[in-house]
Amino acid sequence: MPPVSRGFRGRPRRDVDPARVPPGQYLVDDFPVLSAGPTPRTPREEWSLTIDGEVERPASWSWEAFVALPTETFTVDIHCVTKWSKLGTTWTGVSVDTLLEGVETAAGFVVASCDGDYTTNLPLEDLTGGRAWIAHTHEGEPLDPEHGGPARLLVPHLYLWKSAKWVRRLTLTAEDEPGFWEAAGYHDRGDPWTEQRYWGD
Amino acid sequence: MTDAALWLDGNALAGLLVELFGSDLTAVERGCPSCGASRAVGAHRLYRGAGAVLRCPACGDLALRVVALPGRHIVHLTGTWRLDIPAP
Amino acid sequence: MDRAALLGRLSRGATRIAWRAATVVEVVQETARARTLLLDVPDWPGHVAGQHVDLRLTAEDGYQAQRSYSIASPPEDPRLALTVERIEDGEVSPYLTEELRAGDALELRGPVGGHFTWSAAQGGPLLLVAGGSGLVPLMAMLRHHAAQGSAADARLLVSAGNWDDVLYREELAALAERDPVEVRFTLTRSRPPGWSGWDRRVDAAMLSELGPGAAEEPRAFVCGPTAFVEHVADRLLELGHRPAAIHTERFGPTGR
Repeated sequence: MPPVSRGFRGRPRRDVDPARVPPGQYLVDDFPVLSAGPTPRTPREEWSLTIDGEVERPASWSWEAFVALPTETFTVDIHCVTKWSKLGTTWTGVSVDTLLEGVETAAGFVVASCDGDYTTNLPLEDLTGGRAWIAHTHEGEPLDPEHGGPARLLVPHLYLWKSAKWVRRLTLTAEDEPGFWEAAGYHDRGDPWTEQRYWGD
Repeated sequence: MTDAALWLDGNALAGLLVELFGSDLTAVERGCPSCGASRAVGAHRLYRGAGAVLRCPACGDLALRVVALPGRHIVHLTGTWRLDIPAP
Repeated sequence: MDRAALLGRLSRGATRIAWRAATVVEVVQETARARTLLLDVPDWPGHVAGQHVDLRLTAEDGYQAQRSYSIASPPEDPRLALTVERIEDGEVSPYLTEELRAGDALELRGPVGGHFTWSAAQGGPLLLVAGGSGLVPLMAMLRHHAAQGSAADARLLVSAGNWDDVLYREELAALAERDPVEVRFTLTRSRPPGWSGWDRRVDAAMLSELGPGAAEEPRAFVCGPTAFVEHVADRLLELGHRPAAIHTERFGPTGR
C-alpha cells in the first residue's frame, strides 16, 4: 500500500445505493466529456443514419425522415467505465426497435460506426426490447456536439462507451467484431452490474 | 467546451510512458502512415476517453491507445515509432 | 491499419520503480492562490528545465489522485521546487496549497518531458510566452539561464489577469536586469495605477514587438491553459515561426 498523504481526502464521496449504482461507481452531478478524438460537427443537412450489413436490404434515414419517426422521452441512469455514474438523465430519441422494424437478419451482433473514427460492438439483443435509442435531445435541448450531437446511440444498461457518440451506421454482423475500445482492452459487452469492464471480465 | 479544451500535449502522458517503456518517449519521433509527417510524441494530441489516445498533430491519425486494466496496461501503437533506449 | 500490441511492460533487466517518496521541506506562499513546495527527493536523478513530475496522493481509504506539475527549480538547485496554483473546486490543488505542510510526504514520478525542455548548451534565442501558472516551467528555464550565465537572448512575455496573480514578480525583475533577458507583461483584467505595460490579450502585434522575429529562428516555448496556448501558437505560426520551433505545454481542465 502506497504511503498515505496526511490530511488528503479527495472529493467528498457520497454513500451510494447499490440497487441504483453499479459496483465500483461513484456519483457525479455534472456530465463529464470524454473523447477519443476531436468533436465532429456534422450539419444536419449532411447527416444520415444507415442500418446495413447482414440484412436483406439496407435502410437509411435523412435527418428529416429520422426526426419524423415515433420518438420517446425517457429518463435513465448512465454509467461510465471510468467509474462515474449520473442518475436521472433525460433524453428524447427514436427506439432502435423502431429502426429495426422490418429488418430481416440472422446476425447476432452490431458494430456502430460514427463520424470521426469511433466504433463500438455489442450483441444485437442489447439493442432491442426497448433498451436502446438513437437520441437527439438531452435535458430538453438539442444534443450538444461534445456529448454526441446531432445524434448518439444510447444503451444505458451497458457502460457508456457503448453509447456511441456521433453514430451514423449500425452494421449487423454474424461475428462479434471488436470496436475502438474493445480492440484496445475493453469488454465486448460491458454490463456494469457484473463489472464487465475489460477483456476477460 | 471548445475543442481546444478536449486535448493536452502528449507530454502529459510522459510519466505513464516512462513507467511502461522504461524511457521518456516524449522526444521520440513517430512517422505517420496517414500523412507522412514525423512528429515528436510530446507534440501529439492526448485525448482521454475510456482510455488514453495520442493522435498525430498534423492529421489526427491514431498513434497510440493505452488502457489500464487491473495490474497491467494494454498499449497499441500505429505508425513508425523509433525507440532509442539507453542502457540502464 | 497496422497494429502492434505490447502486453505488459518492456523491461531492460531490473524492474523499474516508478514512484519515489518525497518530503516537503518548506512551503513558500507566492501569491494569494499559489504556493511553492520545496521538496527533498532522495536519489533524485536530476532534471532538465521544462520537465514536469506526476504527483500521487493516497487517502486513508486507498483512494488515489494524480496530477502533473511543472518543475519550477532549475537543475542547479539541490531542492526540487513545484509551484502549485489553487484551482476553484479542485480536488488536489486545494490540498497542496492549503493543507500540505513541511514534513509531509508525497509520491512523485519523473522527471519527464523531453519535448518541452531547454538547456543552456542549446543556446538561443528564446521566446517564452506564459499564461498564468504556465510561467512555472519557463521560470525553471530562466533560472537555469541565470545559473549558467547564459548569453542567449531570452525574452519572456507573461499574461495574467492582474498584477497580484503574477508569480515570481521580484525575481523576474532581478532576472531582467541581466542583459540578454527581457521580461514583459500583459494584464488582461485589471492594472495597478500607473501601469505602463500591455493591457490586452496576447496578439500578433504584441509578439512582433517583443520579438525575436521568425528570421532569427528563436526556440519558442508557450505554456498555460489550453485555449491560451492554442491562440498564441497560432499567432506565432502567422508570424512565420516554424512549427518545429514552437514547443507547447497545455494545462488542461484537470491538469492531468
